[in-house]
Amino acid sequence: MGEIAFQFLTPWADGWFGALWPTVWLTLWTLAKIVAIVLPLMLGVAYLTYAERKVIGYMQVRLGPNRVGPQGLLQPIADALKLLFKEVVVPSGANRRLFILAPMLSLAPALAVWAVVPFSDAMILADVDAGLLYLLAIGSLGVYGVVLAGWASNSKYAFLGAMRASAQIVSYEIAMGFALVAVVMVSGSLKLSAIVASQQTGMGAALGMNFLSWHWLPLFPLFLVYFISGVAETNRAPFDVAEGESEIVAGFHVDYSGMAFALFFLAEYAEMILIAVLTSLLFLGGWSSPLGMFPDGVFWLLAKSCLMLFFFLWFRATFPRYRYDQIMRLGWKVFIPLTVFWLFVVAIWMLTPWNLWK
Amino acid sequence: MRKLARFLKSFALLELLRGLAVTGRYFFARKITVRYPEEKTPQSPRFRGLHALRRYPNGEERCVGCKLCEAVCPAMAIQIDVAEGKDGARRTTRHDLDLTKCIFCGFCEEACPVEAIVETRAYEYHGETRGDLYYTKEMLLAHGDRHEAQIAADRAGERGGT
Repeated sequence: MGEIAFQFLTPWADGWFGALWPTVWLTLWTLAKIVAIVLPLMLGVAYLTYAERKVIGYMQVRLGPNRVGPQGLLQPIADALKLLFKEVVVPSGANRRLFILAPMLSLAPALAVWAVVPFSDAMILADVDAGLLYLLAIGSLGVYGVVLAGWASNSKYAFLGAMRASAQIVSYEIAMGFALVAVVMVSGSLKLSAIVASQQTGMGAALGMNFLSWHWLPLFPLFLVYFISGVAETNRAPFDVAEGESEIVAGFHVDYSGMAFALFFLAEYAEMILIAVLTSLLFLGGWSSPLGMFPDGVFWLLAKSCLMLFFFLWFRATFPRYRYDQIMRLGWKVFIPLTVFWLFVVAIWMLTPWNLWK
Repeated sequence: MRKLARFLKSFALLELLRGLAVTGRYFFARKITVRYPEEKTPQSPRFRGLHALRRYPNGEERCVGCKLCEAVCPAMAIQIDVAEGKDGARRTTRHDLDLTKCIFCGFCEEACPVEAIVETRAYEYHGETRGDLYYTKEMLLAHGDRHEAQIAADRAGERGGT
């Protein structure tokens, strides 16, 4: 599609841009692709908040939002408008520059990671060789926004929230990274499209039961660890001590209002979607269909991600918040030994004649 | 041995799965939400809502100005002035009710010897300034006139029942 548009536009654009045209075109085309990713993502974030309120409402035997538009479907739009028109209050004791910078710093990585996420074999912005590494690197930058927000607010609650968030994210990143090492080992690549492709072959796939050869089955403990760490990483219930509205009001974003608050919100939900998509890509076969008789396609990735997102909401409706020391215990004393142990199991498994991933 | 069993059980996430099952079940349960303006919860005939002053069927005011309601009101929301009416009977010249003070306890209704002041089922009223919720005798009488049928029916059922 890009080539066709390029050839179509070249006769006109050459006159204006001259020799620079191919460069200009590349920029424009990349920008278009970025918009094509970010816009649906923002819409997804908006409707994820709606889905969250509906799902939690249903689990609490309520209906959830149902006033704005049919079935409350315009509720997220109304919320966004409300936040847009609200004043961004900067507390007098706050560090003004950092205070404004923090929400941006929180949102930017949450959007930047999407550059390497493949949606199907053709739909990908940048098919980087070390895509997974990029994901881990940029993904962990998000915590700086939270830490800075807590620091710049110059408030006890915000500071406590930021401290909790930083400790928690750092601890769970390790377990998460180890879980991914095994995925990289069995796929033999850091490239996300290659990881997905490696799940499309195997004994299960040969029988037409693709879902049996996805990574979730042989790496089941790591699949669980990865997803739970993902929940912790995004500061979602039951790991939401960073917000902890019943103890420290709203944690790192107590002092934020209006659009600055909305940016944190966007970042949190964008990261949730990211974790869901990544879990689907790395463990659930990405865009490949569960049974050989159905065609592959981006809708499978969408369906799997929606399922994982539903789990996020389901957890929030079910589990009470972990105590801070319990979170640390789970992260350091359970997840890290467990992942390392399973890593060894997989490594030995790969050296035996029963190696599934040749 | 028991320790090992506990260890395995917690690794199998059994408790967590059971918790998820509970919320999962309620996800499909019938919702109890009442969509308020379209649906309303059932009301008791003894519902204590907005007050009203009643009249006899011939149009004569029931209230005899005994001031019992004023005396019993724990929130001191009622103010009554009394004078001799045109027919020579004792009548109120003022019967004000401050709904911002009223706690809707129903004592005025119980104290009234002639069932003049009653609390009706009306609850969908509002005021946009504080003065809007200061009800005068005329407003209370008008409200009583509007709802007399319902008031009488509720009181009749009550007598039949006891």
